[in-house]
Amino acid sequence: MEKTNNNIFYDPTLKGRHRSAKIFKGIALGSLVISIFFLVIFLSDMIIKGTSAFHQTYIQVEVTYNEKTIKSTRSSIDRKYRSLVSRAWFRDIPAQVKQNPELMGTTQLVWALADDQVDMYMKEHKYRLKSKELKTLKQLIADGRVEKKFNSIFFTTGDSLIPENSGILSAAVGTIFTLIVTISVAFPIGVATAVYLEEFAPDNKFTQMIEVNINNLAAIPSIVFGLLGLAIFINLFGLPRSSAVVGGLTLALMTLPIIVVSSRAALRSVPASIRQAAYGLGLTKIQVVRDHVLPLAFPGIMTGSIIGMAQAMGETAPLIIVGMIAFIPDAPGSIFDAATVMPAQIFTFAGRPEMAYIERTAAAILVLLSVLISLNAAAVYLRHKFEIKW
Amino acid sequence: MATNETNQQVFASKNKMNKLKEDVIKGLLIAAAAISILTTFGILFSILFEAIEFFKLKSFAYFLTGTEWSPGTPNSKFGAMPIFVGTFVITGIAMLVAIPIGLFSAIYMSEYASNKGRAILKPLLEVLAGIPTVVYGFFAAITVAPFIVNLFETLGMHASFNSALASGIVMGIMIIPVISSLSDDVIAAVPDSMRKGSLALGMTKAETIKNIVLPSALPGIISASLLAISKALGETMIVVMAAGMNANKMSLNPLEDMTTVTVQIVTALTGDFEFNSPDTLSAFALGLILFVVTLVLNIVSVTMIRKFKEKYKMSNL
Repeated sequence: MEKTNNNIFYDPTLKGRHRSAKIFKGIALGSLVISIFFLVIFLSDMIIKGTSAFHQTYIQVEVTYNEKTIKSTRSSIDRKYRSLVSRAWFRDIPAQVKQNPELMGTTQLVWALADDQVDMYMKEHKYRLKSKELKTLKQLIADGRVEKKFNSIFFTTGDSLIPENSGILSAAVGTIFTLIVTISVAFPIGVATAVYLEEFAPDNKFTQMIEVNINNLAAIPSIVFGLLGLAIFINLFGLPRSSAVVGGLTLALMTLPIIVVSSRAALRSVPASIRQAAYGLGLTKIQVVRDHVLPLAFPGIMTGSIIGMAQAMGETAPLIIVGMIAFIPDAPGSIFDAATVMPAQIFTFAGRPEMAYIERTAAAILVLLSVLISLNAAAVYLRHKFEIKW
Repeated sequence: MATNETNQQVFASKNKMNKLKEDVIKGLLIAAAAISILTTFGILFSILFEAIEFFKLKSFAYFLTGTEWSPGTPNSKFGAMPIFVGTFVITGIAMLVAIPIGLFSAIYMSEYASNKGRAILKPLLEVLAGIPTVVYGFFAAITVAPFIVNLFETLGMHASFNSALASGIVMGIMIIPVISSLSDDVIAAVPDSMRKGSLALGMTKAETIKNIVLPSALPGIISASLLAISKALGETMIVVMAAGMNANKMSLNPLEDMTTVTVQIVTALTGDFEFNSPDTLSAFALGLILFVVTLVLNIVSVTMIRKFKEKYKMSNL
């Protein structure tokens, strides 16, 4: 546009308006970039902090197995190496000999689990070693007697107050128990509620009340569900505190709205013609729903349930209220035993002062996040694979 | 004829059986649906009864207005004002982060991005909502809090390691998708004819968004913000891990440590107090306040979005 006075379309404010339009778009794009940037920062922070925990330092030492060293296990190795080896490893010696009685009376070269401070030194974190210990350690490194191996302990043991001996197994088992309770309560009730609301419910006050209720349940803070679990399941019904059954029931009530809402959407997407055809052939209402509508809606219902499970899996606050942050070194044997779950284990690890627990917290977070991402990916896959376009 | 009659009888009895079966199944379905109502009443009454027990022991007026919170001491006092102020400040910081970023992200996704871009960006943002809160708590305590302390130290100011700022910012990040997802839906629901009309009158795209689209979508955006506030008020793990515990200091300075309602609930219930002591029951009094406030916010939010829905005849919200 030319800047001449005889151009009737000339608008002196236009340039400024276009500039401010550009700025506006820039701000919008910037906000989006910032949000994605947060996500990237966050994930890379966890990966940087956590990956080192998947390896653990071992030291090669000469171990003497005899009557005396079984009684006081610390005397089984050379004095100068004692403080470099994990207390958990010493504690394990009698059990090892019991398993392999032929070890008795021999001296073996063994890779022993290193103390967490040695491990921290090897991973270049902050460490606390006396200068003498550091000298011995450097000598060991020079001799090639220090090695980092895959940290299988992290996946095969439960919680421990010895950092290098702590793992996530008992929390993982607790999570599985809790989720079994959750899904076996929330899934049938949720689907039944959805079927009732979509297929049977007359449009009356009762139905509306249920609908409003479900919406409200979804917005109640999770910690309030914890208060409910404490007051009803533990104090009123007398179920054992800290157990998977209490945690599972509490989470089931939280997951219920998610399952109801997604199941309703899935049922609604089944076209009316299917139902009419089935009625036309003389089926009863229950038969129509059971044999035709539900099977067609099933993939959608599954997707919603998996997403609900993933959300329940990451929930911490209500479980803390019902006591699922107890110190659990061994995996629970049943849903009535005291148990802890992955997020609660992350919380307890994060609260401990030793540096070694920080990397373990981040590692546990990485494990939890990968499980959650796989669950969500499975839900997306299911939706794409079985989605029927009517 | 005889066989016909028996046949009819068989059919009749079969029909009766079927009818009975149908009624039983329908009864079961109604019972399942009623559980949601039962849960709500369960929450309401369990919290209400314990809270009443608490207010029998301690004054309600002091609870709302008092400034000293000292559970576990011989002459324990329960004035929750500092806790409310802390909750208010942290929620405020979270909203200052989440509302602008979430809203502008939604504007970009629904107005500027291509359909393909939107299909990728929206789930990516929602990943932020799927991350467990305990993970955000760890991030706030281990990464953000020290960063803020160092940052303000170079500026010559002192920040606490449990500063309200750290937990507020991280909570804001967590809440971005709540705002962006809902706002994106509402903005996309504003009829295209309104945009076209405005563009045809010579407005720039930004002016159209500012003057036409956003005002039309405002009820939905406010509703999303209310939902976000309710989520921030009830958020527990981030503040338990990154905010303070001291419930006796009242301050509006975001660099100081502050405590929240949820932190005090967790503290009261994980301590070694007897269940019927006021120390434990105080958790239920705080829980009651939290429940009522979030419920009201949610109801207002749902009503606003329903009005919006009716205005634009939407069915997918």
